[in-house]
Amino acid sequence: MSSHPHAAPAPVGGSLINTTTLVVGALVALMAGIILYRLIYGLGAVTNLNDGYSWGIWIAVDVVIGSAFACGGFSVALLVYIFNRGHYHPLVRPALLASLMGYTLAGVGVIFDLGRWWNVWHMFWPGYWNPNSVMLEVALCITAYVFVMWIEFSPVFLEKLGRTDIKGKLEKVLFFVIALGVLLPAMHQSSLGTLLVVAGQQVHPLWQTPALPLIYLLTAITMGYGVVLFESCVASSAYRRSIETHLLTPLAKVMLGVLAAYLVVRVVDLLWRGALGLAFAPTREALFFWLEMAAFVAPFFIVGSAAARANPAKLFLAGIAIMAGGTLLRLNGFLIGFDTGPGWNYFPAAPELLVTLGMFAAEVLGYIVITRRFPVLPREDAVPATL
Amino acid sequence: MATRRDFLRGCAGVAVAAAAGAVAEPARARETYKVPPEALGLLYDATLCIGCKACVAACKRANDNPPEFSTPEQLWDTPLDTSGYTYNIIKAYRSGNGATKDAETDGYAFMKTSCMHCADPSCVSACPVSAMQKDPVTGIVAYDPDACIGCRYCVVACPFGIPKYQYDSPTGRIGKCELCRHRHKDGHYSACAEVCPTGATLFGATSDLLAEAKRRLALKPGSTATFPRGHLRPGQERLLAGGEDGKGLRRRQGWRAEPDQNYEAVVGNYVQHVYGETEYGGTQVLKLSAVPFEKMGQPSLPPTSSAASSETIQHSLYGGLIMPVVVLGALAFVARRNVVPEDDGAGHGKGEDKR
Ligand code: SF4
Ligand code: SF4
Ligand code: SF4
Repeated sequence: MSSHPHAAPAPVGGSLINTTTLVVGALVALMAGIILYRLIYGLGAVTNLNDGYSWGIWIAVDVVIGSAFACGGFSVALLVYIFNRGHYHPLVRPALLASLMGYTLAGVGVIFDLGRWWNVWHMFWPGYWNPNSVMLEVALCITAYVFVMWIEFSPVFLEKLGRTDIKGKLEKVLFFVIALGVLLPAMHQSSLGTLLVVAGQQVHPLWQTPALPLIYLLTAITMGYGVVLFESCVASSAYRRSIETHLLTPLAKVMLGVLAAYLVVRVVDLLWRGALGLAFAPTREALFFWLEMAAFVAPFFIVGSAAARANPAKLFLAGIAIMAGGTLLRLNGFLIGFDTGPGWNYFPAAPELLVTLGMFAAEVLGYIVITRRFPVLPREDAVPATL
Repeated sequence: MATRRDFLRGCAGVAVAAAAGAVAEPARARETYKVPPEALGLLYDATLCIGCKACVAACKRANDNPPEFSTPEQLWDTPLDTSGYTYNIIKAYRSGNGATKDAETDGYAFMKTSCMHCADPSCVSACPVSAMQKDPVTGIVAYDPDACIGCRYCVVACPFGIPKYQYDSPTGRIGKCELCRHRHKDGHYSACAEVCPTGATLFGATSDLLAEAKRRLALKPGSTATFPRGHLRPGQERLLAGGEDGKGLRRRQGWRAEPDQNYEAVVGNYVQHVYGETEYGGTQVLKLSAVPFEKMGQPSLPPTSSAASSETIQHSLYGGLIMPVVVLGALAFVARRNVVPEDDGAGHGKGEDKR
């Protein structure tokens, strides 16, 4: 058994009303207003969507990238419960909370992108299902995962409410819920890549391959670790807590391992398909390909040495690099390397950007409220947070 | 102390389960579908087209679509591309001084854009709620707005950029050619073919249209030959012999009687390729042209469909949910050993790693 038990999670406490919550609250309110306007006047009234780029940032960023950012819970659970790295346990709750927020919002937010949203229940009605559709699998899987995460997270609320009886019962089956919580994101994160396969040659060959499911899955896992590094550093500085370097340092090593595996898959696939030559053509696509690759390779330079991995600032930077790489990979596939023919252009409209911003603001707001009021972050006997 | 061993066991367990799942569900590559034998379609011959756009107007009327303006006066219906309100359009190709019809250089030519009614449609494979469906007999790819959730995956998927969404409406729907299937019961076939003065757009059974296309490719360019207008009769006959089911009955009514509209015209200098014969497994709308198809905005597509690739991946991973269930079993087994109750408030795996 452990020689030094982890500190039990405890609410951070402090006021819920401060500059940060007021700002993100205002962004959320603005988003709600824009969505209302969109529901009354249609998608064209607030977005720059067109038939060449029928999916804009509400899909590419809010859902595809947003859910990959929300893979911290998945990646850490994989490490703790499947690969039995129990000492990472204090990271589970905060990571899970961020995932919970990210996925719940992506799931709800996507409804406002649907052109015929009142029919959304058809997704959950077997009579309408098309089992060949990648999107059906993605939608059902994400929905199931959101429920699974709320169950996985419910001990936090039960603890607060003092319902140890229910919590005890829940813990007997928690292993199964956790197993689902690993399987479901593995399924839909890979399928988010498969979504592009049916689009055929409209997707640039640098991003169109039968290996898309593996590529998206591996990057989602590394992004999960990257987000944990990022989040832990932000939460520590915002709440004036000490940084869990003893956990983040080895985590960064795991992240580099998965990242190395990804880069091998990516390069071998490009060579195999003979697509690598296109990366040397003087095109916008090639430029973005190299930006993407640079972001994925950067962590090896930032936290490649053991000494660098003990440095919180470098861990933070490595986390950001991974998030940037995963973001570019997805943007490249869904928008930048997506070409339906001449004459089509897309750049998000201001209200479109504000909704995406509002989504991230809502996540931050939820995270603050829950960590301040519920036992998520490890207890710490430090000065009360002031931010 | 059993840390590294546990770790490896975790990896191995999941890997074995995944491999077992993959074996239990042998990767069965989904073949690209073929055009159904009784499929209906169009043959568009760019060398016959005079660019009159009667077909565009007829399509608007047949589908109750409003005009779309692109000129300042807003007098004429002048759509620049297909849209949620325009299912058929004639686009022009122009090169150099644009003097000669159907010449690749210093010439001009016309090209029809509308749904190709693919043998293996990407839109049907993509649609999560079965709102895009291919009729098993006629092969017509039909859209059902009452089922559609407006996700626009069909728009993203289609290699020809055909399904279009109505972004200007809060209740927008997808618009695309359905080969005027709503008019078939009255004996009317596709309005664009019905109205075409030159037979450049011809309606019929795809197999007959393909035979007709090949006949044209074999003709001597510049010679005179007979060209049909409206629709091809043999296909009608074949459909008349249809079954006793409701569909057969409808089809046995046949198309409305029309006078023979064959006429003599000069044979074009065709590119020796029937566009749509092999693309993505074939399409029910076929095209002939004197200017290379790629210059006419027609993508060059492989004989295997992207729907087949996508479904092969999807079903090798998730077919019958066998693999997910096996992996879930393995994950649950491993997790069960590694999850300990959090009553002590500490909560850590029993195989705690001591570094
Ligand atoms: S009606 Fe016939 S000739 Fe006129 S534009 Fe259409 S296809 Fe061409
Ligand atoms: S052309 Fe496009 S819309 Fe028409 S059947 Fe093929 S994939 Fe579907
Ligand atoms: S927009 Fe409608 S028809 Fe197209 S894929 Fe989505 S649900 Fe299907």
